[in-house]
Amino acid sequence: MKVIDRSDLDALIEELIASDPRDVVGVQEDGEQYVFDHLESADELTLDYDLTALSPKKYVMPQRETLLTYDRTDDEYEMRAEADPTGHIVVGVHPYDLAAIEHLDKIFIDTLQDEPYRRKRENSVLIGVTMQDVADNCFAASMGTATVDSGYDLMVTDLGDTFAVDIGTFEGDRLLESTKTRNATAEEIERVAEIEADLKDGFDRELAFPPAELPTLLEASYDDMDFWEDYAEQCLSCGTCNVVCPTCFCFSVDMVRDLDGDSGRQERRWDGCLLEDFATVAQGENFREEVAQRHRHRFMRKGWYIYERYGDVACVGCGRCTRHCVADVADPCEVYNELREAQHA
Amino acid sequence: MRSAARTHFEHGESEYQPIEGQIVWIDRHTDDDKLFVIDLPDGVSLDHDPGQFVQLFVPGVGEAPFSIASSPTKEGPFELCIRAVGNVTNAIHDLEAGDVVGIRGPYGQGFDIDAIAGQDLLFIAGGIGLAPLRSVINYALDRPAEFGDLTTLYGCTEPAEQLFPGELDEWADSDVMDYRETVDEVPDSQEWDGDTGVITSLIPPLEFDPETTVALVCGPPVMYRFVIKALREKGLADDRIYLSLERNMHCGRGLCGHCQLNELYVCLDGPVFHYPTVRDKEEAEV
Ligand SMILES: Cc1cc2nc3c(=O)[nH]c(=O)nc-3n(C[C@H](O)[C@H](O)[C@H](O)COP(=O)(O)OP(=O)(O)OC[C@H]3O[C@@H](n4cnc5c(N)ncnc54)[C@H](O)[C@@H]3O)c2cc1C
Ligand code: SF4
Ligand code: SF4
Ligand code: FES
Repeated sequence: MKVIDRSDLDALIEELIASDPRDVVGVQEDGEQYVFDHLESADELTLDYDLTALSPKKYVMPQRETLLTYDRTDDEYEMRAEADPTGHIVVGVHPYDLAAIEHLDKIFIDTLQDEPYRRKRENSVLIGVTMQDVADNCFAASMGTATVDSGYDLMVTDLGDTFAVDIGTFEGDRLLESTKTRNATAEEIERVAEIEADLKDGFDRELAFPPAELPTLLEASYDDMDFWEDYAEQCLSCGTCNVVCPTCFCFSVDMVRDLDGDSGRQERRWDGCLLEDFATVAQGENFREEVAQRHRHRFMRKGWYIYERYGDVACVGCGRCTRHCVADVADPCEVYNELREAQHA
Repeated sequence: MRSAARTHFEHGESEYQPIEGQIVWIDRHTDDDKLFVIDLPDGVSLDHDPGQFVQLFVPGVGEAPFSIASSPTKEGPFELCIRAVGNVTNAIHDLEAGDVVGIRGPYGQGFDIDAIAGQDLLFIAGGIGLAPLRSVINYALDRPAEFGDLTTLYGCTEPAEQLFPGELDEWADSDVMDYRETVDEVPDSQEWDGDTGVITSLIPPLEFDPETTVALVCGPPVMYRFVIKALREKGLADDRIYLSLERNMHCGRGLCGHCQLNELYVCLDGPVFHYPTVRDKEEAEV
């Protein structure tokens, strides 16, 4: 572990803004909320925040991106798969969001080899920060994502005048090359461990059981339609819970035609399983017609289905869905706890 | 950064790169259905398993999944039978021989030939469901020695809805396969001297040995439950039934989430499923 002065960390970020070809983005205040956005200078960066509106997933899987372009010359069409390789230097990522990106890596790179995702991901740098503030709705500690020991290039922890820096990758190490750092003392290393340990007590929300029990619990709750209907009654099928989630990655693919009529592109954009027509096929058959079925699907997918295929629970406990759901029925922590209670009643 | 060395990723072409397919022949089957014969560059074969599907891309319009209607035993161009029901499918119907489309795939799991080898095959198709089944029907007709008795049941809403009209006549005359057909109803304007009634009405009179028969079923969503019930009544065990299912698909390769059926992905784990795999899945609706 290294230690860097606060001013030297600022200088490093200024240096990256000035000389790295990639866009440097970081957490900033934006009115009432925090967001990841382009940094003009290190002053704009806030490392002490609770939760950003959207997660940094948007840098590896943007809301819209081109998968394919086509062009007509004479009578020939040329069709070209596209994979925008634009990486970002992302500063200030909380551990649960790092865990979410690791989860997406497993699916988009290791398993299904999605070229647009892979290129952006491999060209990106993630600088994590140990949480200093916890959002009301966050239950990352219960999901084991309040701290992480991988998924970052650098991980910084605020120690007052200095930051402890944990180097996660070779690229992270290289970033520090021209910056003044020193090795951490035993006390400093101890201090980081204490901060991480104390964090666990800072969460108001808690899953009442280990997340590893989720698949079994959900499987047993599948047919409890009264529960799902009751819960979904208020749901507006707006899909916001999907859109703000750092582990949701469903998309639809649409055609965008250029005005000349001869060229255009196929784009993928974020989609959500809560939206009414997500599972509708031509001629109207909808395989998840009831809002309760869609609501149930979201929780089943997060806690059970994805686990079956990839070995991860697909919720990192960030609390964004809870915060943004106007009907207040999107909270996985509450739903899972209530299901557990119903099972044991 | 995530080092490429940590993955097994092949730095090759993107999975989203379609190859160019040229439509070389179009045959109208009904008012809404046409057969498209598609040639790949340099005459290469698609090299698919019967029951697999492709994603077909029409520049300027969009992309949609279609089961491959021809058997891999037939070399050269492959065939798709497409019903015009919406945006992409109507645009495909407007294409002409010589036009170029994009092809991705073949994708998904087709019929498990190893599992059905040596068995008597009972094909049950409803409407456009004949398209995926035709790939395996023709496979069996081309390699009769690999299978036992062959039987095909085909049901449509009305006579004018029948696909592959010429081929159906050949099947009806065939010594190799027992072919039976029905229509739900016969409008006054159409002629028909065969059976009428829903497809399930063809099952009770059939004589087959449930110990050596495998049923391969594809049709509209409502059909499966009734057909399976009729097959069970004939003593056919669940593990002797295979189904090809349709769902909304955007990527064809396990990412977009649209085709999910409980924990299964129809594009990866299907579209052909062994019935016991989906029997207890509520979202399979079978
Ligand atoms: C594995 C598989 C095999 C198929 N095989 C055949 C075949 O052999 N012959 C045939 O005629 N049809 C087949 N279909 C159905 C065919 O894919 C749909 O009819 C087609 O997608 C409809 O598209 P459209 O744009 O014409 O319809 P529209 O109603 O205009 O579709 C618009 C939108 O509806 C959604 N949509 C509706 N149904 C589907 C669907 N099934 N897949 C994807 N998106 C859908 C999409 O969001 C699409 O953008 C198959 C479908 C699947 C999944
Ligand atoms: S749970 Fe909430 S955020 Fe999600 S679709 Fe329903 S109303 Fe919208
Ligand atoms: S389901 Fe909700 S709490 Fe869990 S990762 Fe997604 S947005 Fe965060
Ligand atoms: S079609 Fe996209 S996941 Fe199956």
